Amino acid sequence: MAQYVFLAMTLSLVIPVFAILGYILVHAWPALSPRFIWENPRDFMTAGGLWAPLVGTFFLVLISLLVAAPVGILAGVYLNEYAGDNWLTRIVNLAVVNLAGVPSIVHALFGVGAFVLFAGMGRSLLAASCTLAVMTLPVIITSTREALAAVPMSFREACWNLGASRWQTIRTIVLPNSISGILTGVILQVSRAAGETAPILFTGAVFFTPIPDHGWQAFFPYGLGDRCMALSMHLFTLATQVRGVSDELQYGTAFVLIALVLLVNSLSIGLRTYLRSRKRW
Amino acid sequence: MNDLTSIPGSATDRPRPPARLIAAALALTEPLVEWTIRLCGWSAILFVAAIFFFVAREAAPVLFGELSLWEFFTSQNWIPSSEVRPQYGVLALLIGTLSVTGLAMLLAVPLGLGAAVYISEFCSGKVREILKVVIELLAAIPSIVWGFVGYMVIGPVIIRVTAADVGINLLNGGIILALMSVPVIVSVGEDALKAVPDSYREAALALGASRWEIVYRVLFPAAKNGLLAAVLLGVGRAVGETMAVLMATGHAVQIPTSLLDPIRTLTATVAAELGEVVAGGTHYRVLFVIGLALFAVSFVVNLTADLAVKGIRSDKTG
Repeated sequence: MAQYVFLAMTLSLVIPVFAILGYILVHAWPALSPRFIWENPRDFMTAGGLWAPLVGTFFLVLISLLVAAPVGILAGVYLNEYAGDNWLTRIVNLAVVNLAGVPSIVHALFGVGAFVLFAGMGRSLLAASCTLAVMTLPVIITSTREALAAVPMSFREACWNLGASRWQTIRTIVLPNSISGILTGVILQVSRAAGETAPILFTGAVFFTPIPDHGWQAFFPYGLGDRCMALSMHLFTLATQVRGVSDELQYGTAFVLIALVLLVNSLSIGLRTYLRSRKRW
Repeated sequence: MNDLTSIPGSATDRPRPPARLIAAALALTEPLVEWTIRLCGWSAILFVAAIFFFVAREAAPVLFGELSLWEFFTSQNWIPSSEVRPQYGVLALLIGTLSVTGLAMLLAVPLGLGAAVYISEFCSGKVREILKVVIELLAAIPSIVWGFVGYMVIGPVIIRVTAADVGINLLNGGIILALMSVPVIVSVGEDALKAVPDSYREAALALGASRWEIVYRVLFPAAKNGLLAAVLLGVGRAVGETMAVLMATGHAVQIPTSLLDPIRTLTATVAAELGEVVAGGTHYRVLFVIGLALFAVSFVVNLTADLAVKGIRSDKTG
């Protein structure tokens, strides 16, 4: 009896979500085609595809990753390998938890205050990427720490006994044995950064900016100081800011964004499952 | 370590100059790397402090100047772009945030904790793994997509079912926020339940307790700190959510009197108006004051949740 009640509660969460995802897919179906990906938006965004926003999202994510990954991974190394059990470590841990919990719109305000105005980046790809990097840093820190904690202590002890220093141990034993766990965290960061809207709204994303349709410039249309389009922002624009956008175009955009994020996430989950099955200790 | 520099078979004991240089470089590298790692570790503190500092820096001129905090929190007149006399009262926005968060929690807490109990206590290995993956994917859906769902899917449904004038309102926002905060409630709640030792369950079973009694009389009391943390993190998620409520709640500055009233939240106000204000103006700075308040709320919520979780750990060891 009890278990059926709890099963019903679980299903009442899971079923509506699948129903909604299915509904979006059905309505997006007429819009989906390879051209939808490759074409740029045109006619005041009421026609065409998603190329410009997709490229914008790609560069936002790439640059935020380049900023966040080194800092986040080293911070994870610090927390698991160097930090002692003291008040400083507690404060660092608290800061990580808090950083993860700060509302995205506050990150946006921080990005405006720190990167756009104070650092003089202006509203640009770089400022938006930095804001995303700070926002997604806790994802990388937390998963790196967990990946390192999964490496057995005896590995380190064996290494120390051979006379290796702390950093040598980390470099040659701990990191190689946890690299895939760290990678899942990095992938999660990518999916998180790709979906965020509020932090880039005022720091570098624009409703519309024309980019070349052909040639190498179609692949590298934005400079670091330029504003760019982004997929999440594009969905917001289509749904609320532009009149006369067909439903299928809106649903198609939503579907591509969901598919992108879920694909990246499944990659991370798949990698994690594979690693668990392969673990030798 | 120093042995690295000596060259086996060389005539002299003292290393030659290039080797000495390499040795010096090696001796320098390790401390350098270690200090880089330390700095990166401490950077989390730096970033939280920097968020506070830069948001406060933009807010400070009006916070200690023309803005009366009394009026800010008690007036419901949010008329920031008035030519004659702009008014900055966030009471209606604050109540908007509280009501939509409250409604979301009313839906999400029972269902989320129920799902956590099911996943932790009642299902077998394979089903559990699948459900956990589903919950994880649920958490990955971007907030803008939830906003879109509220705006395009749930809105029309609400209009059809209740015959309301507008479908984007308090109810819509509550449903969307509930779906968004469920994953964190389920995953943290499940961790809390899993941390209850099996001996508790076995003892209860031995005393003849039914499965209901085990859940309500044994598991919930034993895991109450962790469950509290789960709920708090859900609240934190709901209060801070921006794009979804911006699109799903209807954006009318008013104190709601029914579930079908459109409302506006603090976060949505900042998101909607920051793009239109003049940098450095009063309106612009007031939006940063709102940001500061949101930062403070999230800080307190996360701190409390963290202390609650720490409570479990000390209980277990004690």
